[in-house]
Amino acid sequence: MTKYLGLFLLVMLSITVSPALLRAEDAADIIRKSQDAFFAQGKDMQARVKMTLLSKSGQQRLRELTMLRKNGIGGEQKYFMYFHNPADVRGTSFIVYKYPGRDDDRWIFIPAINLVNRIAAKDSRSSFVGSDFTYEDVSGRDPEADTYKYVREDTIQGKPCHVIESTPKNPAEYTRKLSWVDKATYLPLKDEYYDVQGSLYKVFTADKVEINGGFPTVTKRSMENIKSGHKTEVVFENVSYNVGIGDDVFSERYLRKPSEKWIK
Amino acid sequence: MKTMSYIFIILIFAIKTATACAQEINFHGFVQGSLSARITGNETPDNNEGGDYLSGEQRLRGEITGTAESTAFTLKADLVHDSVADEDHVDIREAYMDYRSGHYDLRAGRQIITWGAGDLLFINDTYPKNYSALFSGQPLEYLKTGSDAVKLSLYSDAISADLVVIPFFEPYQLPDPKRFFLYSPMTITGINTPREEIENLEIALRLYRQLGRFDTSLYVYRGFYKIPGMRPTSMTEAELFYPQLAVYGFSMQGALGNGVLSIEGGYYDSLDDRNGDDPTISNSSARYILGYSKQIWSDFTAGVQYYGEYMQDYGQYENSLPAGFPKSDKLHQLVTLRLTQMLKYNTLRLSLFTFYSPDDEDYFVIPEARYNITDSLWFSGGINIFGGKDSRTFFGQLDKNDDLFATMRYEF
Repeated sequence: MTKYLGLFLLVMLSITVSPALLRAEDAADIIRKSQDAFFAQGKDMQARVKMTLLSKSGQQRLRELTMLRKNGIGGEQKYFMYFHNPADVRGTSFIVYKYPGRDDDRWIFIPAINLVNRIAAKDSRSSFVGSDFTYEDVSGRDPEADTYKYVREDTIQGKPCHVIESTPKNPAEYTRKLSWVDKATYLPLKDEYYDVQGSLYKVFTADKVEINGGFPTVTKRSMENIKSGHKTEVVFENVSYNVGIGDDVFSERYLRKPSEKWIK
Repeated sequence: MKTMSYIFIILIFAIKTATACAQEINFHGFVQGSLSARITGNETPDNNEGGDYLSGEQRLRGEITGTAESTAFTLKADLVHDSVADEDHVDIREAYMDYRSGHYDLRAGRQIITWGAGDLLFINDTYPKNYSALFSGQPLEYLKTGSDAVKLSLYSDAISADLVVIPFFEPYQLPDPKRFFLYSPMTITGINTPREEIENLEIALRLYRQLGRFDTSLYVYRGFYKIPGMRPTSMTEAELFYPQLAVYGFSMQGALGNGVLSIEGGYYDSLDDRNGDDPTISNSSARYILGYSKQIWSDFTAGVQYYGEYMQDYGQYENSLPAGFPKSDKLHQLVTLRLTQMLKYNTLRLSLFTFYSPDDEDYFVIPEARYNITDSLWFSGGINIFGGKDSRTFFGQLDKNDDLFATMRYEF
């Protein structure tokens, strides 16, 4: 009898913990795991990033940069970005120190006048180098800035996903976001952004996922502005993890004169 | 001749480096046309060059960089055709060699150095500048010109340092009376630059580190004023010269309330006129900048700065000032505002920069638009608007030089 009771309880439990009834904390946990998988794999990362900006009329613009990332303690991160193209920003570098729960510190180096300057960081909604991605889309949004709800399960490209709804606590670029998070890898496979009118205006898709150094990595992604028809496709090439990037790389010395080894 | 020897040295080095590590050579450049036309309709004097045209230039930039192990070289030079003067010249923007070691870097040659926390305002950055380029709407990079210098940079976790030694004096390039309407009480008959002697070496030191979340620097400079003093040689004629100067200063820049706070200060020690009683030399002064910039909405940034220059020995200055010369206030102040809006996926940039001095009651306003037609071709245009209550103040004297400017550049 006790044996059957056990089975009964197990069945009841699995019904109770049906996805729709998962608590908000579980949804938040999925987003946190997703952010880790997408923005913080390994101790550090090096990649060559090629962005293609496509206008509705078919005009193309290219942005090519080397991105270095290093994780610190307690969710802190350091980024180094060096622009190879287009010509008018060639040699321009950025350093970003990201802190959980407070604004980033950002520096820019402008080679033509050999200037290192701080830049105002409260521009998470601003376009990243003219693309459809915002700064937040590139380096991650503070998970504490939104509240989360588990919506349903779904399948994208044959991959079972959690669908999570994010609602910003304070006014943000979007009023609502739906994220499809791969159950196996926790990578975001799709994001839908809704505006104040409640209509869909921006869609993110992970178009290609590859395993690099043991880490599932989105090597091709795109962001499409549904309203303007403008689209940005991003390819990550030569992605390497745990390459041993020193802290000194994220300093004024390397901002002014990056090491060839790291910006290739 | 100096130019030629530079090219020669760099070429030798380039060839050597290229053979050592050929895959690390990069070549880039651009073709650029720029024009600046005075729109005030003022009749230009006979000795004026270019009539209403403050500048008209075609530039071909060649930029070659090479790296091999711990050494690197950079050569950036413009072949310039100056349509106003109808002459050609080579403008060596930068030509230097780098050596990098564990805890230090050495850079020797012509190099652009930029220090400090100001935006178009400089205190501890005493390096050469070209105000003529700024006032005629040339791209911002031409405001800075190279120093023929050796720079040693030392790095450590506790503190880092830049030591710069400049053997060849280079003054600021100020608007030329042949092209600009300017206030000039005397006819300039000669310019005395410091002789190229060991005791005239310019030396600048910067020590820096992070203090909390602020980038903090201390500066010391010993050299010369880059804006000349004027020494009368007769009742109507004068010579220009560059008095000795030492500057002791600091700067801090860091995040504050969603924006960036910049503070810079410096004491200008007028070594040739410590009592302040020589009217041909600027008195010592304490200078400071307080700046704040912030993102107001997406892709829109606003920055304000307050600059002050507090003159030492003001009594001596008042007593020694010749009759008829315009008198400066004890405290000279400037307020600047910069607004920048990026549009159309950052391909269109609208910007406004304004200087205003409440004591001189003069101003300089630069509205500008720049559009990236493609990834390699951009066009920019704008207006320089000068004015003031008195035609003898810094911006006031430029009142008749309001100009429209345009630049187009193709980069490769």
